[in-house]
Amino acid sequence: MTGSSQDKAPLLEVSGLSVDYGLKGVSSRAIDSVSFALRAGEAVGLVGESGSGKTTTAMAIAGLLSPNARVSGGQVCYRGNRLPIEDDAAMRPHRWSETSVVFQGAMNALNPVHRIIKQIAEPCMLKLGMPRGEATARAGELLELVGIPADRGAAYPHELSGGMRQRVMIAMALACRPSIIIGDEPTTALDVITQAQILKLLGELRSQLNLALILITHDLSVVAESCDRVMIMYAGRIVEDGTVAEIFAKPKHPYTRLLIDSIPNPANGKKMIRPIPGDPPNLVNRPSGCAFHPRCPSAMGLCATDVPSFDKFGRSRVACHLHRSSQEDKVAAHA
Amino acid sequence: MPDNADILRLESLQVHFPIQGGMLDRVLGRPVRAVRAVDGIDLNVGRGEIVALVGESGSGKTTLGRVITKLAQPTGGRMLFEGRDMTSVQGSSALRPYRHRVQMIFQDAYQALNPRHTVFDIVAEPLRSLRLVENGTQLAERVSEALASAGLNPPGDFFSRFPHELSGGQRQRVVIAGALAVRPELIVADEPVSMLDVSIRAQILQVLVDLRDKHHMALLFITHDLPLAWLIADRIAVLYLGKLVEIGTADEITFNPRHPYTVALRNATPQIGGNAGRAESPALQGEVPSAARVPKGCRFHPRCPLAFDHCREEEPPPIEVGPQHLSACWLANDGRSRSS
Repeated sequence: MTGSSQDKAPLLEVSGLSVDYGLKGVSSRAIDSVSFALRAGEAVGLVGESGSGKTTTAMAIAGLLSPNARVSGGQVCYRGNRLPIEDDAAMRPHRWSETSVVFQGAMNALNPVHRIIKQIAEPCMLKLGMPRGEATARAGELLELVGIPADRGAAYPHELSGGMRQRVMIAMALACRPSIIIGDEPTTALDVITQAQILKLLGELRSQLNLALILITHDLSVVAESCDRVMIMYAGRIVEDGTVAEIFAKPKHPYTRLLIDSIPNPANGKKMIRPIPGDPPNLVNRPSGCAFHPRCPSAMGLCATDVPSFDKFGRSRVACHLHRSSQEDKVAAHA
Repeated sequence: MPDNADILRLESLQVHFPIQGGMLDRVLGRPVRAVRAVDGIDLNVGRGEIVALVGESGSGKTTLGRVITKLAQPTGGRMLFEGRDMTSVQGSSALRPYRHRVQMIFQDAYQALNPRHTVFDIVAEPLRSLRLVENGTQLAERVSEALASAGLNPPGDFFSRFPHELSGGQRQRVVIAGALAVRPELIVADEPVSMLDVSIRAQILQVLVDLRDKHHMALLFITHDLPLAWLIADRIAVLYLGKLVEIGTADEITFNPRHPYTVALRNATPQIGGNAGRAESPALQGEVPSAARVPKGCRFHPRCPLAFDHCREEEPPPIEVGPQHLSACWLANDGRSRSS
């Protein structure tokens, strides 16, 4: 391991975070003991299928959990201070100023009856206390920053294409100079060419403004090209966490390996379909032990009974009974 | 492949939707403009062949699928099914034999299934309405067969279930079973896996490939995902603004694209291990123009990094660049449109 001296203190630290949703008296755990750290300027992909808890994790960090959600354990710290993630009003000074969210459906997130320049200027007035003229000027700069000519600011959302609307969403997210941007499937509804343009823009903004990025997606290949690190979620837990290079070259968790194999990749020339058996788990009725064991080709007796610990291997972590770190690694991890 | 083996043939097929002009336009006698959703497409699908139709939103791929399944009417060109001209056949009784042989799978299984019908009724519906069974025993047999082919086993367990009791993958299987029940010879599948989780996609693709392998069913697979098209299809047709810009075998289109748009699509597709083409050619600028204002000349020229004067004047015809490989680009044989 290279020394920890190069590792700056984390910007964001999530530890042991668990969130439950109550539904008709039944409570189901959406995320379970999620822990990770995010450094300034780092891009992390949060990958999982629907119901894996990736959006809940992100919404918890931004303090945007729905009213029927309850944080049942753990905490989120920003620059060393614990965030009041369950208290909407107390989160207000933090949200948009420190952590911003770019949502998936830009058409639904923008107000259809206001010109886009006004919508971008609004957070500058409300959160930064700028007078209208200054805020409008700032909104124009933000538009230019995301690649829209400032004179297009007079347009209404319906006059813009999907890609342009997503750019407006990014401009709004940047309005209060946050340090963290959470992208919740920001390119999922877009065509491939537009997706490439938006991902390129996010990458440029990230290095220009030293932004940390949490990219939520179900598409591993998007993460492969735009993130430094990737965390794979399954049934509310992070099952593997590592650098993009490590995870794609040598996935340790069987789920990660199967996910990678299920993406058609002409580059490796293998024209075969390898389905992952079974269906994604039902969170109300989560499988015992390792939640992936009913679908796992390598499952052992132990997997059905014991929840695997999330062990550290060098710079990556994996929660699988096939990979248990030796004592030395554990010592190194705590050092 | 000899012509008589084609199950479906499209000749200069056209779907133009007229735009209702304003009063002023009518008074001044201005010509009625049209959205040229499908603007002259030649395509053939062989028996047991899987052809992928690849394009972005607005390329006309869904409209084309709807015309082939007779859910929309073409405004020009011809459509031949097993050599018979189906272009102007209309009306439910006249179309009954056709519907028996051509079926469609829709993208959104949540919307395609009636929430108040059981799985049995959903799959039995086409068999009943096309009067393909004589009695209840036969009906139950055919429904079981279709559910099993779509990978829902044992079929009896699903008969009385409602869509909301099924997972997303199971719902898409029910949609497929509904299409299969009539034992069609051609299935048009419009983005059948794009709403599904990655781990379920491969299962559904496997079902579709099995249908071709076991029942020699032809499949027109509509998608925006080039790697997915490569995985499943024998041939890939690339659509841009209502017209085919390139068609060829899946390997040729993926590894030796000869139209700048196909190259751009390929380079924009994120890949595990990085996309080698990305660094060499810049990302395409701008967006697909409106189909109501199709650019003059080559319709791709305003966005094409290689466009020259000729492209702005005259629309390139499909040019043969290899066996079974056509590209509608003036530079198709020039080498410049080729990727590295």
